Amino acid sequence: MYQYDEYDQQIIDDRVSQYRDQMARHLAGNLSADDLRPLRLQNGLYIQRHGPMHRIAIPYGALAAYQLRKLAEISLRYDRGYGHFTTRQNIQFNWPKFEDTPDILGELATVQMHAVQTSGNCVRNITSDHFAGVAPDELTDPRPYCELLRQWSTFHPEFAFLPRKFKIAVNAAREDRAVIRAHDVGLEVLRNAAGEWGVMVLVGGGLGRTPVLGKVLREFLPRRDLLSYLDAVLRVYNRYGRRDNLYKARIKILVNALGIEEFARQVEAEWAGLKDGPLSLTNEEFDRVAAHFAPPEYATLSAVDADYEAQLVHDKAFAQWAKRCVHGHKIPGYASLTLSLKKAGVPPGDITAEQMRSVADLADAYSFGEVRISHEQNVILADVKQSELFAVWQAARRQGLATANIGLLTDMICCPGGDLCSLANARSITIAEAVNERFDNLDYVHDIGDISLNISGCMNSCGHHHVANIGILGVDKNGEEWYQITLGGQQGKAATIGQVIGPSFSAHEVPDVISTLINTYVEQRQPEERFIDTLHRLGVALFKEKVYAGRSRTRPSTPAATPAASDEQTTPA
Amino acid sequence: MAKLIRDQHIVDDDWQLLRLAEGVSAEQQPLPSTPTLLPLSLWQLHKTKLQTCGQPLGIWLDSHEAVETIADALPILSVVALNFPKFTDGRAYSSARLLRERYHYQGEIRAIGDVLIDQLFYLKRCGINAFSLRPDQDLTLALQRFATIREQYQGAVDQPLPLFRRRPSKERA
Repeated sequence: MYQYDEYDQQIIDDRVSQYRDQMARHLAGNLSADDLRPLRLQNGLYIQRHGPMHRIAIPYGALAAYQLRKLAEISLRYDRGYGHFTTRQNIQFNWPKFEDTPDILGELATVQMHAVQTSGNCVRNITSDHFAGVAPDELTDPRPYCELLRQWSTFHPEFAFLPRKFKIAVNAAREDRAVIRAHDVGLEVLRNAAGEWGVMVLVGGGLGRTPVLGKVLREFLPRRDLLSYLDAVLRVYNRYGRRDNLYKARIKILVNALGIEEFARQVEAEWAGLKDGPLSLTNEEFDRVAAHFAPPEYATLSAVDADYEAQLVHDKAFAQWAKRCVHGHKIPGYASLTLSLKKAGVPPGDITAEQMRSVADLADAYSFGEVRISHEQNVILADVKQSELFAVWQAARRQGLATANIGLLTDMICCPGGDLCSLANARSITIAEAVNERFDNLDYVHDIGDISLNISGCMNSCGHHHVANIGILGVDKNGEEWYQITLGGQQGKAATIGQVIGPSFSAHEVPDVISTLINTYVEQRQPEERFIDTLHRLGVALFKEKVYAGRSRTRPSTPAATPAASDEQTTPA
Repeated sequence: MAKLIRDQHIVDDDWQLLRLAEGVSAEQQPLPSTPTLLPLSLWQLHKTKLQTCGQPLGIWLDSHEAVETIADALPILSVVALNFPKFTDGRAYSSARLLRERYHYQGEIRAIGDVLIDQLFYLKRCGINAFSLRPDQDLTLALQRFATIREQYQGAVDQPLPLFRRRPSKERA
């Protein structure tokens, strides 16, 4: 993974000093709360329902074991001994003391970490495929692109005060595991007919209250032009994006207002003045960065490990886990695996300090000392020998990290919701718990098969409910928590925004609604059909009919009460 | 006389800033005789006369006013001031870079309005060289805040080369 040189380190060290000075001036009464606010947000510090929340950047989800140990130490020293992974592959601490945050950043800087631009109206953490570098379906490794973008976006002087936050994701595999079409800018790394590397640029995607999928801005942009072209995109947005209404300030609104052709024309006109300037990426620089992501020293192994095969046959629980949590790898004899943070009774994405240390130990022992965080809020060990999967599984089990539910109903993406977030209209963790209680039979969850169920506590959609097969959105009706259901959302190459099925439900109805949806699928499915396939074949209407049968729902679904959208928007951001 | 920071020195402000009072149109506003930063509307109204008056000229643009509208006048402008209605309105950062990098404007670019010391670093990088800070800001402290982050990844006006073009290569290191 990327290692800082003295320049990178100085930049982050200087940032800590800058923040320390700002906080000291604030505490001395020389910097008002309003003037501090955007500054602390761009250092990851929010003020939430119960107090401060500190969001730490994990660039494109890549984390070294020693960094994870530092996070564990910070969580014990400055927080309550746990953290929460977000859908931007970051980690949040929910209980730091306001005045401790400069020290937290100081500690992070000692292990090449920071909280730069994890909030605020600026370019946020670049996200990518959690199987980058190891996925069998990968065209190339997206991480050098991500790191180049991280550096380009870090303290970009022109774009620190955009109309709204700006999220970029990069994919370089045949399947899209980074949901790039739900980003302000999505980049698809590819090669043109001449064999030249570049990216397809998508723009104007995003979830939130106006979910939109990104549109193609440029079919092919040569790699060398990546940074200058993005400067042009951001400049057009910075100048012309709306600033009068927080809900209409994302780039998607500008793109829709202008139309993609006109937006593209303006970008090209701006780019004409930037193209071929000093920002043109050199091959030397690309190679310098890419060298940090060179494959580790893999052993030469046979494609199939006989012991692993035997263990799969003899241990049903291990086989069940392997089926969901072990993934293909481009190197023979290796696998990547997911440690599930979706255990019943634990808020999705939460990890304790003890678990962090144990994962760090597993990474050191079995996976070249590195882990990744997925946007689905799980932890990945990317380079494990097949022959060692059994040992990892046993250790993970002892730590409660081996729930065999990846890609299944209980592998929910879930925001912190009303328990922690000041914007939420409703709690989301309690809904996740209720779903877990209802579907507590793992064999049945396996039988249901591939499905996604995501939960957001408000329209800001941190829980990605729009792109889930079953989406649950918390809404407020006269001070009560209600939940709106969407169906048919998908992530990946076939990304789709789900449809609202009708009037919302009270919290206690939600488990029955989910049961009805699942039962309908189970009754109607044909062999090999996933939930989404059956839904596509039969249409939403049938599912809707079943769900509302016997329920009186005369009043129309009211739109979600306006959440206090602000820069303080919490999670997964 | 009000103070400002110009080229990292605290100096007396030798310009007046003219903001049209509420309900006063450009037509109703007499042209001042002393060096004054004029609002765009006043400039546009008196452009012909002002272009030949031989006096130092300055214009201020609000954050929604595009630099393109004054492009032809740049060679005769001594000062272009960019207004920050709120410090979180980032449009003028782009305006400044365009003035320097697209139009190669060499005169003074001044930040006015809600200008705070914690933004000086970014403002300077975008080509702004004069700062009329919000009255409550400490100018002496401000002078120390231009280089809080001593190295930069991006190319911008103050350092056109991005870090990757300045990092010593492996062979030389």
